[in-house]
Amino acid sequence: MSEVKNLVEVKDLKEYFPVKGGFGKSLTLKAVDGVSFDIKPGETLGLVGESGCGKTTVGRTLLHLYKPTSGEFRFNGELVTEKNMPELRKEMQMVFQDPYSSLNPRMTVEDIIGEPLDVHHLYTTKADRREKILSLMETVGLNAEHATRYAHEFSGGQRQRIGIARALAVDPKFIVCDEPVSALDVSIQAQVINMFEELQEKLGVAYLFIAHDLLVVHHISNRIAVMYLGKIVEIADADELYDHPMHPYSESLLSAVPIPDPKIAKSKQRIILQGEIPSPLHMPSGCAFRTRCPYATERCAQECPSLEDRGNGHKVACFNR
Amino acid sequence: MSEKILEVKNLHTSFFTDSGEVKAVNGVSFNLEAGKILGIVGESGSGKSVTAYSIMQILAGSGKVIDGEILYKGENILNYNAAQMRGFRGKCCSIIFQDPMTSLNPTFTIGNQLMEAILLHTDRNKEQAFDRAKEMLELVGVNEPEKRLKQYPHELSGGMRQRVMIAMALASEPDILIADEPTTALDVTIQAQILELMQDLQKKLGMAIILVTHDLGVIAGMCDEIIVMYGGRVCERGNAEDIFYHPAHEYTKGLLRSIPNASNMKEKLIPIGGTPINLLNMPAGCAFCTRCDEALKICLEEKPQEELVGEGHYASCWMNVKKQLSAAGEV
Repeated sequence: MSEVKNLVEVKDLKEYFPVKGGFGKSLTLKAVDGVSFDIKPGETLGLVGESGCGKTTVGRTLLHLYKPTSGEFRFNGELVTEKNMPELRKEMQMVFQDPYSSLNPRMTVEDIIGEPLDVHHLYTTKADRREKILSLMETVGLNAEHATRYAHEFSGGQRQRIGIARALAVDPKFIVCDEPVSALDVSIQAQVINMFEELQEKLGVAYLFIAHDLLVVHHISNRIAVMYLGKIVEIADADELYDHPMHPYSESLLSAVPIPDPKIAKSKQRIILQGEIPSPLHMPSGCAFRTRCPYATERCAQECPSLEDRGNGHKVACFNR
Repeated sequence: MSEKILEVKNLHTSFFTDSGEVKAVNGVSFNLEAGKILGIVGESGSGKSVTAYSIMQILAGSGKVIDGEILYKGENILNYNAAQMRGFRGKCCSIIFQDPMTSLNPTFTIGNQLMEAILLHTDRNKEQAFDRAKEMLELVGVNEPEKRLKQYPHELSGGMRQRVMIAMALASEPDILIADEPTTALDVTIQAQILELMQDLQKKLGMAIILVTHDLGVIAGMCDEIIVMYGGRVCERGNAEDIFYHPAHEYTKGLLRSIPNASNMKEKLIPIGGTPINLLNMPAGCAFCTRCDEALKICLEEKPQEELVGEGHYASCWMNVKKQLSAAGEV
């Protein structure tokens, strides 16, 4: 396993946002607070967590849609900086959550998918451009006759296909998928999930798959990272995490997932967490989860546990497990 | 058999828009028994919410119930006048909505809004109403209820606000609680809290719940009876085990195949083809026929009737008729 070079290496990534606190005070919102992970070529890393945990910010910061506060991001061994980012966007792309607002309503499908080709000068003649666009549309299951239509003429699932075709236009090795199916109807989700899986088999592209639906993430991911208030608290193989979650937060998160099977759902013991996520502006000292954790001790309030390998790449940040 | 508290018979609700009549609910029938949890599941545009709004008579301006009956304890509420309807809402039947952020008035305190519901529907005075409001907040698990009563909605988190909504809905002790996607806007761990709370309260207070949602997982864990809707029509209704283990409509079957669950993690999902239905352009036959792999000629041409396929389990699918006919032919 160790011979395969990592495609994506993130070390201690931080993203802080200044927030006006009233009375002229300025507060710091630590959206992402020291996140490290790596992704191998052709692999899918799922990133899960509740709203406000910073999972979307991780994806956006990687692609420099936000300027990272600190930390190191290596792509294919090369350090990613502000300077080489425009060039590297040919290698990494993003698919957004909302297929309604992420497509320009004034552009035709052909122009939306063609824009990355224009930006990166990836064609020689007009005919070449058209051919590339049509083949991309075929890849994602859109008809050639759709090329001259506008985004509003499509349903949610089809729009998400347009967004995916746009991301694939530059032939990337890595795609950040930010909640790509959560805006879609249940019966359409499976179409898009299957497409992601098929594209990966065909093109060998790696995904950072950000979502809050844990069953979907489990289905698509090789490994899964669980985030809580800006930090990764556990990272492991998808099945390992589901069968043997170690961090108390992952444990309760997984037990809270509604399983579409009445017998399992009605017999399942849910671990109901008390309280709610603290504000990221006023983080608890030590381990951020301690305020809701049933196992918290004094040590949890004083020190912050770091992510430790408990064997087979199953990493957990908890003193009590 | 326990008492039928609500009977919906052949309900038709349409919206009259500039581009034509949208038949949002198109012949829906079901019964709700006292003290049971009934789930209505469907995609967006299936008519599940409009069914709920029709019961409460809170349809948007262009919407109208054009046919059918809604019997509450044997009385047709569609014949109620405005005053009777106001009495029905809140006292007999309450509703909570998907978005707890927008369903509370931001300019009034929690206490003010809770007490309004209590003063309106019960004959308590202000002081008693205040005590009742505090009691309700305690019941739904809001900590420091006295302090919360003086706070405004923006000071509360999403989960807290949904608890307040539930407290408000239950303050006048209705027989029926309609929950329209009550946890869709909430995080998984908060969703688990709210669902557990609803189950607890249901046991404690004994009201019936109509749970409207698109999430089959939520339905599976909560409901006794389930109605599956598509394109404004009921595809199938039955108890939870019938629907999940012996689905009898092609849409239900497809839906269950297409979602990831505990047992198909290593397999490819089998999606339902096609795109969601356009209610302005409905097929003559079964609403689902354009996306159904099994569709026959008759499915395109003629609406399937509801057939009994098991005890208390009904489905509207030509496949069942075909099965029965071929079974009869073989005999």
